[in-house]
Amino acid sequence: MSVDMRTYLGHVELANPVTTAAGCAASGSELAQFFDLGRIGALTTRSITMAPRAGRPTPRMAETPSGLLNAVGLQGPGVDAFLERELPWLAQRGVKTVVSIGGGTVAEYTALARRLTDAPGVTAVEVNLSCPNIEDRGRVFARDGAASAEVIASVRSVMRYEVPVVAKLSPDVLDIVSVARACVDGGADALSMINNPLGMSIDTEAMRPTLAAVTGGLSGPAIRPLAVRCVWQVHAALPSVPIIGMGGVLTGRDAFEFILAGACVVAVGTALFHDPYACLRVLRELEELLAARGFHRLADAVGLAHRPPGASTRHRIDLEESSL
Amino acid sequence: MTGTVLTTRRVDAYHALTVVAPGIAERFRPGHFVGVAVGGPNTSMLTRRAFSVHDVKPDYGGTVEFVLSPRGPGTAWLAERRARDTLDLVGPLGRPFPLPRDPVTCVLVGAEYGSATLFTVADALQRRGCRVDFVLGAASADRVFGALRARRMGETTTLTTEDGSLGLRGRVTDVLPAVIADVRADAVYACGPMPVLRGVTAVAVELGIPVQVAVEERMACGIGVCMTCVLPVIGEDGVTRMVRSCVEGPVFRGERVRFDDVGTIPFDALGAPGGGTRHVG
Repeated sequence: MSVDMRTYLGHVELANPVTTAAGCAASGSELAQFFDLGRIGALTTRSITMAPRAGRPTPRMAETPSGLLNAVGLQGPGVDAFLERELPWLAQRGVKTVVSIGGGTVAEYTALARRLTDAPGVTAVEVNLSCPNIEDRGRVFARDGAASAEVIASVRSVMRYEVPVVAKLSPDVLDIVSVARACVDGGADALSMINNPLGMSIDTEAMRPTLAAVTGGLSGPAIRPLAVRCVWQVHAALPSVPIIGMGGVLTGRDAFEFILAGACVVAVGTALFHDPYACLRVLRELEELLAARGFHRLADAVGLAHRPPGASTRHRIDLEESSL
Repeated sequence: MTGTVLTTRRVDAYHALTVVAPGIAERFRPGHFVGVAVGGPNTSMLTRRAFSVHDVKPDYGGTVEFVLSPRGPGTAWLAERRARDTLDLVGPLGRPFPLPRDPVTCVLVGAEYGSATLFTVADALQRRGCRVDFVLGAASADRVFGALRARRMGETTTLTTEDGSLGLRGRVTDVLPAVIADVRADAVYACGPMPVLRGVTAVAVELGIPVQVAVEERMACGIGVCMTCVLPVIGEDGVTRMVRSCVEGPVFRGERVRFDDVGTIPFDALGAPGGGTRHVG
């Protein structure tokens, strides 16, 4: 029995709910050597910045228990090279592309969004709000609902109406629901969570921080419970907003957990470093899990864990018949 | 892909693992490396370990052998593998060594178990009629890898150890100028820790001969997506870029790698903070 894996990001239909996480698929061509990128729901680019960026010094990576600390620092060729080479390459292959953008000021995000407006092949724009806000003493945008909302509103105002704007949230906040709500009020069509929480590791041989940048973003299964909690809370508060869930998805079961918590798209990140075929494997395993539990449509499983305790799984039938 | 361990053996201070992996063996060229998952399917160790391939043989459809030095929990786990265990490998990865078109004289320099990479290179060079000379070194005799094989393959083999327990006392870079002069070398191939590559490059540049180095940078993915194994390399256009040693390397022309700036972002690198190449938004 096959399961209808189609899902919607805003009003954009994706063939299936698996995408890559921002910063984990480079320009796409690296992964294309391993599998056909057209088979995943969408590919999310690394965060594109206005100017080329050399990133942070090495060492940029430290392995931690079930996790990975990284401090790459948004290395990339800048928006010109992206529009000239990378995006057309993806567009030619018909890959649905979610373009992640990063900037230090609201004006920079807006300028980036404007550059993407006329570019063919942009399926959605994901706004990486975990960049330091140069105008606010380096405070990260995502930590502040108002600053996040300002960026989102500005990007939304210049982006073509049919391109959804996705706000990527950081878990390093007191109340992720309030930041999520501010972004939606600012015009976000969807939310994506979670970005890497900050972590640190110390090399006990050298007795120095392991990363050149001292702190880095923690990813991998170590953060999955944190990510599932964020998706759960935000879906409970804003049930109609599409959520891209991510954080330590290694298997179809992990993806299913995010979907039950309320995500309608699931991004695979660190798993790609371990297994270049992870996206297709996660997709296959997820479909098998859904089929084994009697689901005909992926959509029926989205947020299902929110049903009241005691409700039987037959509840699903009611959902199918409801307007959801 | 999954490969079955065929043999595992100790080689002095190191471990060598031979794995049946026809897909990798078939496409292998000298300088390629493999990414090996460690710790089993439910491990908490997420990153693959990268190993340069020491040997490729046609047995069982194709085997690859790589050499490791048990240092952390991942390499310790690999060192414990036994025949018939399975391993999860990705490869062949990276860019191989470019080989000269004409039969020339090449000095192959290896430090520690970096020399493991050199034997497939030597083989390929000899098949093209090149003369091959080895310079191998390490801190002590038990850490010099492949001395016997080098003696069999090379026209000459010069060994160095820092404690003087084997060959000449000192480092490979101490003897390299004399070897290059003696054999009238046309090119140098080197593999080993970064400080050694830096020294070897300095010698080759001084003597005006081309040098190819296979760098050792820590990698998380090996396939070019994680962006963690970068180092500053000068491009054809003279512009320094932070390039990935896994896909743009691991083999580089020695003089193009800014060894003194490894671990930093040089101020003149493309996209360096405050650098001259910043675009105006």
